Amino acid sequence: MLKTLGAQIKEFKKDSLITPVFMMLEVIMETIIPLMMASIIDDGVEAGNLRHIYVTGAFMAAAACFSLFCGVMGGKFGAKASTGFARNLRKAMYENIQTFSFSNIDKFSTAGLVTRLTTDVTNLQNAYQMLLRMCVRSPFTLICAMAMAFFISPKLAVIYLSAVIVLGTILAVITVNAHRYFLQAFPKYDDLNASVQENVSAIRVVKAYVREDYEKQKFTAASQNIYRMFQKAENILAFNNPAMMLTVYSCIIAISWLGAKMIVGSTLSTGELMSLLSYCMNIMMSLMMLSMVFVMLTMSIASAERICEVLTETSDIVNPENPEYEIADGSISFSHVTFRYNKTSAAPVLSDINLSIKSGETIGIIGGTGSSKSSLVSLISRLYDVDEGSVSVGGKDVRSYDLDTLRNEVAVVLQNNVLFSGTIYDNLRWGDPNATDEECRHACALACADEFIERLPDKYHTYIEQGGTNVSGGQKQRLCIARALLKKPKILILDDSTSAVDTATDAKIRKAFAEEIPGTTKLIIAQRISSVQNADRIIVLNNGVIDGFGTHEELLAQNEIYRDVYESQTGGSGDFDEGGVS
Amino acid sequence: MPAGTQTAKPIHGPGARGPRGPRPKVNHPERLLLRLLQKILKNYGAACVVVVLCIVISVLANVQGTLFMQTLIDDYILPLTRQANPDFSGLAHAISRVACFYAVGAAAAYLQTRILVNVSQGTLRNLRNEMFLHMEELPVRYFDTHSHGDIMSTYTNDIDTLRMMISQSIPQFLNSIITIVSVFVSMLRLNIPLTLITLAMIGVTLFSTKKIGSLSAKYFIEQQKSLAAVNGHIEEMMNGQKVVKVFTHEEKSLEDFNRLNDHLYESAKNANTFGNILMPVNAQIGNISYVLCAIAGGILALNGVGGFTLGGLASFLTFNKSFSQPINQLSMQLNNIVMALAGSERIFRLLDEKPETDNGYVTLVCAKKENGVLTETEERTGLWAWKHIHQADGSVDYVELKGDVVFDDVDFGYNPDKTVLHNVDLYATPGQKIAFVGSTGAGKTTITNLINRFYDIQDGKIRYDGININKIKKADLRHSLGIVLQDTHLFTATVMENIRYGKLDATDEEVIAAAKLANADAFIQQLPDGYQTLLTGDGANLSQGQRQLLAIARAAIADPPVLILDEATSSIDTRTEKIVQDGMDKLMAGRTTFVIAHRLSTVKNSDCIIVLEQGRVIERGNHDQLIAAKGKYYQLYTGNLAET
Repeated sequence: MLKTLGAQIKEFKKDSLITPVFMMLEVIMETIIPLMMASIIDDGVEAGNLRHIYVTGAFMAAAACFSLFCGVMGGKFGAKASTGFARNLRKAMYENIQTFSFSNIDKFSTAGLVTRLTTDVTNLQNAYQMLLRMCVRSPFTLICAMAMAFFISPKLAVIYLSAVIVLGTILAVITVNAHRYFLQAFPKYDDLNASVQENVSAIRVVKAYVREDYEKQKFTAASQNIYRMFQKAENILAFNNPAMMLTVYSCIIAISWLGAKMIVGSTLSTGELMSLLSYCMNIMMSLMMLSMVFVMLTMSIASAERICEVLTETSDIVNPENPEYEIADGSISFSHVTFRYNKTSAAPVLSDINLSIKSGETIGIIGGTGSSKSSLVSLISRLYDVDEGSVSVGGKDVRSYDLDTLRNEVAVVLQNNVLFSGTIYDNLRWGDPNATDEECRHACALACADEFIERLPDKYHTYIEQGGTNVSGGQKQRLCIARALLKKPKILILDDSTSAVDTATDAKIRKAFAEEIPGTTKLIIAQRISSVQNADRIIVLNNGVIDGFGTHEELLAQNEIYRDVYESQTGGSGDFDEGGVS
Repeated sequence: MPAGTQTAKPIHGPGARGPRGPRPKVNHPERLLLRLLQKILKNYGAACVVVVLCIVISVLANVQGTLFMQTLIDDYILPLTRQANPDFSGLAHAISRVACFYAVGAAAAYLQTRILVNVSQGTLRNLRNEMFLHMEELPVRYFDTHSHGDIMSTYTNDIDTLRMMISQSIPQFLNSIITIVSVFVSMLRLNIPLTLITLAMIGVTLFSTKKIGSLSAKYFIEQQKSLAAVNGHIEEMMNGQKVVKVFTHEEKSLEDFNRLNDHLYESAKNANTFGNILMPVNAQIGNISYVLCAIAGGILALNGVGGFTLGGLASFLTFNKSFSQPINQLSMQLNNIVMALAGSERIFRLLDEKPETDNGYVTLVCAKKENGVLTETEERTGLWAWKHIHQADGSVDYVELKGDVVFDDVDFGYNPDKTVLHNVDLYATPGQKIAFVGSTGAGKTTITNLINRFYDIQDGKIRYDGININKIKKADLRHSLGIVLQDTHLFTATVMENIRYGKLDATDEEVIAAAKLANADAFIQQLPDGYQTLLTGDGANLSQGQRQLLAIARAAIADPPVLILDEATSSIDTRTEKIVQDGMDKLMAGRTTFVIAHRLSTVKNSDCIIVLEQGRVIERGNHDQLIAAKGKYYQLYTGNLAET
């Protein structure tokens, strides 16, 4: 994991190395100051040497200024290194995600990817900065101050050393124990919040069944439980501060007593005693800091792991070595195709599919939810790879083509389609960056999108909000179809892409397809029989196998499922709302 | 929060409130603070007094320890060095006294944190409970008009910042103030000129903090902006990543991202630099203050000006160090307190929301019929009656619960100035099935909000078995109605418990019977643990159709005389739909039912079909009548609707 992450430091290696150096210099200067202080007391005040006070004072001031400089530099380079590291992480992840296949994306989920690119990166940025600055500063202060203490009086320094060991152990025990309780408490806390969330979104159900009191009871019990758990964890943490105070105080008492005796015995000076007391604070504070830094770093481990998952993920669909850049025509054939999303699951999503579709044909696909309609078509543009058998386009296996070539020739209008923030023109030109305004408008005319676009105040320059929230479902679908048409593909796949478009417009779009792009092979997945019944042939899918393949009339005569669906839908569109939606 | 839970449940609200950056603005912080303190003191008044005492004790113990250095050097070490046979017994005595003070200080510190755990966690628990208990009483309107994310963030973010405030910011703030005062007094007593030097350097620190703060504000705002831009882009592109693949748009997407990412790097670098600089700058100004005092104090002690001694210098220098730290921290603690107050403002806003009012007095009771006369009874007879106590003379009437619903010239709007339903009249006799059809936004769903009084009508009357529903106690009214909503909501619990939600004292057998009635039994049996299968995340592991079936079963077990069904529109395939429809049909048998219809099969056999458009009833009648009329219904039905 460290290696993967470390590789992303790249051009910020220099800054990452310089930062700790400055931090160390700052610490050294800081630890020298109390020593010089001792000299002012001993050789200045006690010896009655005013000049010495001035000279040493000047040196101290210089040390403080140099320390200031180092601190500022450390802060500057630390900021550069950590934000740069974060930038590289984001970039590397984003780059790798661009190579992800659909199954890679499914594996992480959209929300998972977003968290990794945002929150997790911020966590690591903070952790890295802490690593470069605090993680250097605290232990180094401890070491320097300890060394100084030994330099002044090895005998008294032993007290510090043992105090550090004792306090270190106590802090470790407290931290580990408290952490254990927190680990138990946090999921419960999340559960509690999840139940609030449930109540908020299901408030109608709660109220309709008059279950307010029941929910209150449940919540109060859970809330009390959480109170107990956090109380337990925090009670352990409550030992932190007193333990630290007790250690420091014991040290001060011991040093005062032994130091006084040594001064009287002339083996220590007053100034040295004072600087020793000041090192005591330095040492204990940095120990405390170290334990805090440690806890914070462990919290970022989970983020680091998640980021590494993305960085090390390799796409399972890659370009072949000597790819074909030319697709002969829009013919499609499936030969003994078996496919499953999860390679370890036994039941395939599609099994032993055999199909042969001629170039230019219009094919309807129909079947219930879970009958694998979407899976079937996603194999054609190699969004997923088959497990067994092969899919061919233009007479050649899809796996032999260059991926970009294949996907440019096989346009898919996905079921969960997305428009991006930008003007309508911007969105349309996803299909063809060089399309003229003329071509864009033509594509919209084919997709019956021109009528509503013309009615918008800014027409084709209308700005689409993120996620296309300012156009209706039906309008969005038509824009997506137009966008795909601009690719001028050899094969066009519509995955339930007109479900929110009313029946009349749906028919108009299909008519335009037949007249304007007769050479393009068209695959249309639909819930409505009316959307497919005029297709050249119709595939009826059921549980991942082809139940029927033929014309409307043939299927009506021979296929039970088709007849069932047909009968349940005859008499109208089957849905009252749709006309009003678009 | 442990980072590990973030992917699973992104419900921690909008994390936009960063730890640094400009201080949030709050109106009347003193009022909020006062109100919050009242909440805390109400239950933990004595504890808070003890905490404050403990803080004072531990600070004073520390201060006397520092002052002891003067005594140690001036009264013991220096005199002892001059003695031939030093006698350490006086020193031993003095040191043990200091040790006692220290011990008391440490004990007080422990007591303080220990009590604070109870105060902070206890207050949070009380607040959380108060919020939830209050929230459950709020009208549905509240949930419809407030974003669920915002409500949630009150429970998560705002409560979390409040915890920080009660357990850390406020005690630390008190600690800082007490430390500053006591250290300042001690310094004044030790030496006035040196105190002035220290104060002057504090002035420099405050100035530099302010300067750096105002310089960095610009960069922090810029960082916030570019971070928002990058996060927005990430969110959009990750959502559309599959489309990016399909359109081979990877290069372009990367290009855009790199531009934003580089920009974020620049602004984050600047903001962080300033953030990092503040601490060393303040620390070193503190060191310079220390150095100046050392030099000046050295000179003073050397010349013995004003009786200033070496021991005094030693103590003073230690005070000098412990003076700047609390002052530097004050502003941070104040920031945290203000931030938490902003959170508590949102908490109080929730607590101040007006709960649902209920002036109903007609209740639902079990009844039995003897010689045609209804009387109230304790036992469950299966026969229910409305108990109507007349306000005028106190006489009691019993009306049998039948499910007779009348809308009389009803007007309604979610906002008073925008009427959604106009002059709606309708009449449903017991056992009838009334279907509402019309395009989206016609006001169909609104009607379901009125019968059970999720919202109150503005004009007209709704009568239930002849009684104005405003007179019926809401709980009893809702008990007599069953609702199956379009978006089914299931709870984190077993399948069994989810169905039992409709009737808490139902036996397992009753639950299974209800599931069978709703056609849900078959799929439940196939779940890994059958009826004991745990559902999480609103039944995320079930299909839309299956969730719908559970919701039907839940309504079935409640066995209400009147049903309101909002059919699911989302793409359940035709075959599952058939099963769901069948379940609904069985449920509807013998009950007055209002159906928000989306499918043909539901409508065809309704007793009455009501066609709504823009909040008005434009057609009514049964299927055949409406088809014959060739109006809007005919258009909807045949699907020959021109696009609107």
